[in-house]
Amino acid sequence: MLDYIDKIKEISERLLKDCSVEMVIGFRKGTLPMMNEPCFARTPEDVGQFVWDSNCGINLANYLTDRKERIGIVAKGCDTRNIATHIIENKISREQLVVIGVPCKGMIDKHKIATLFADEIQTVTENGEKILVTAGGKETPLNKSDVLQKNCAVCTHRNPVFYDELAAEKVEEQQDVDRYADVQEIEAMDTQEKWDYFESLLSPCIRCYACKNACPLCYCPTCFVDEAKPQWVGKGQDPTDVRTFHFLRAFHCAGRCTDCGACERACPVGINMRVFTKKLEKDCFEQFGWEAGMSLDERPPLDTYRPNDPNDFIK
Amino acid sequence: MNLMEHMGIESDRIHFSWISSAESTKFVKVVKEVTEKVKALGPQQHFKKNDAKVA
Ligand code: SF4
Ligand code: SF4
Repeated sequence: MLDYIDKIKEISERLLKDCSVEMVIGFRKGTLPMMNEPCFARTPEDVGQFVWDSNCGINLANYLTDRKERIGIVAKGCDTRNIATHIIENKISREQLVVIGVPCKGMIDKHKIATLFADEIQTVTENGEKILVTAGGKETPLNKSDVLQKNCAVCTHRNPVFYDELAAEKVEEQQDVDRYADVQEIEAMDTQEKWDYFESLLSPCIRCYACKNACPLCYCPTCFVDEAKPQWVGKGQDPTDVRTFHFLRAFHCAGRCTDCGACERACPVGINMRVFTKKLEKDCFEQFGWEAGMSLDERPPLDTYRPNDPNDFIK
Repeated sequence: MNLMEHMGIESDRIHFSWISSAESTKFVKVVKEVTEKVKALGPQQHFKKNDAKVA
């Protein structure tokens, strides 16, 4: 994917030069390995900082909320789906955007790679399917396919859903992936096991809210967890409150989550809170045939009524 | 509801019903069912705070 970068720069530079956008949002290298950060290029010179590799897992749609200017945005498959959700929810208008679509081959899982090494990781470089990690002065080659983010490994929408410019040829979509194997594993447990699974999953959570801050869907000016009058949920580390935060946040993402993985990536303690949102994503797909952000014209299931909506749960 | 069940709350604790104000018999029936089911499960062990933690 490294070869995309020249094209991304060329397009961004052109857009800024002919003033068709006021800024282009892309990625630049972060200060730590595997931590590319958002980059807001306002002049053609800024574009020089742009990079593209397998560490661009942050969802850039997050930076579009309520912007007023014309923006160019570098977007992977999942990012375009979240942009579509933003457009549907009137958080930005299509006319303001020039979408620079990037056919994606998956992002690498920084949590997973960090656990593979006892020493601190100094550099991570890549060459096609090979990832080269230097930790403790020693180089170790890894296969990219072994260290993909969990959501990328089962992603079936790698190509941008819509775009104005394309940074490369479209990639082949993955066909034979079992998208919901992880959800099914939990579904197979009995009630007590399920409870315990989530208890131990969330026990390291420090309520830093990095997950909700990284999520493009979590744009409410005041999140329910921050409200004091009424106080919907306690603000401490009580496991009941931690659980309430996570499962209510998941409900707020129902029918909107694209399983982009930005939340999981942002967590400093490596919690996979996607197991909450993914269950709802699966339910939406199975019950309403809905995948979020696949079209700009279709209304999401939560604000549409269909006579054949499943309602067996109502007695 | 599916997510509640998914994260380990017994599904018999969660009930949904649509009852018109004219359907008194249905109301009684549903309330009976709910009480029976919840009684059978016993007191809720999870997802509750045992005592309010006030400073
Ligand atoms: S909940 Fe997580 S996976 Fe879903 S859209 Fe938000 S950041 Fe992406
Ligand atoms: S990012 Fe991780 S630690 Fe922070 S609130 Fe989310 S799950 Fe908890």
